[in-house]
Amino acid sequence: MAYSDKVIDHYENPRNVGAFDKDDPNVATGMVGAPACGDVMRLQLKINDDGVIEDARFKTYGCGSAIASSSLVTEWVKGKTVEEAEQLKNTEIAEELALPPVKIHCSILAEDAIKAAIADYRNKKQAS
Amino acid sequence: MNHFELFDLPAAFNIDAAVLQQRYRKLQQTLHPDRFANGTEREKLLAVQRTAQLNDAYQTLRSPLSRAEYLLALRGIELAHEQTTVQDPEFLMAQMEWRERIATIKDWSTLESAYKDLQEEMRDLQMVLEQQLNQNADQDAAMTVRKLKFMHKLHHELERIEDII
Repeated sequence: MAYSDKVIDHYENPRNVGAFDKDDPNVATGMVGAPACGDVMRLQLKINDDGVIEDARFKTYGCGSAIASSSLVTEWVKGKTVEEAEQLKNTEIAEELALPPVKIHCSILAEDAIKAAIADYRNKKQAS
Repeated sequence: MNHFELFDLPAAFNIDAAVLQQRYRKLQQTLHPDRFANGTEREKLLAVQRTAQLNDAYQTLRSPLSRAEYLLALRGIELAHEQTTVQDPEFLMAQMEWRERIATIKDWSTLESAYKDLQEEMRDLQMVLEQQLNQNADQDAAMTVRKLKFMHKLHHELERIEDII
């Protein structure tokens, strides 16, 4: 199967790979996995006191499309508020990366990773 | 006729593998092309189609994971792997650790110990799955099936490493 140029670019030069300290009160962690292909994705957001995402990191074990989807998401969410980031749809990711139908689940995984991270952010805020 | 009925087996997770294989071979013989050497084109075509169905049914029931998926489908549980994401943090953390461990495998001894540990975890999950299916805890069983799919993926990764080591 042929990958689009954008997928290849993100796959070869992934943005924001790595991790933040998950115990940092400003760091939210979202972990998701896709049973269809066994891919696992960890997305971390550094969120300031105004609820703006200042930075993001990811680590994904999976195919090129899953890596590209998470890499793209880390770029997109930076500078957005939590509420804005929450609105991101997998269809936008799939469209930007020109994902074929069999790889749509990679973009679903990335969308769910954002939601999981934001849920973690809200949990942490409530607990503190 | 569903796959279990085809082999005259109860629709359950626990099936006798030897009986399945025995009945598969017997059915295979009844559909062998030689039997239809003098038959009509239609009979030959039907035999080919039935053989394909038989092989499909056998492969589905033979592997515990696909047998569980099929059983859940019969019970009306749509697994929808393409649309579902797993969000159990503890399980996913363990998956990440597995991936990190696999990335460091460089020789036979580390590969072998990884295989051993993975197979043990898969056996444990399969036992959980068996209990859940026997108790008709179908939603829990669906989650265990999803987890097992991740474990199978890890197994494929180990096989891939075995080829290049």
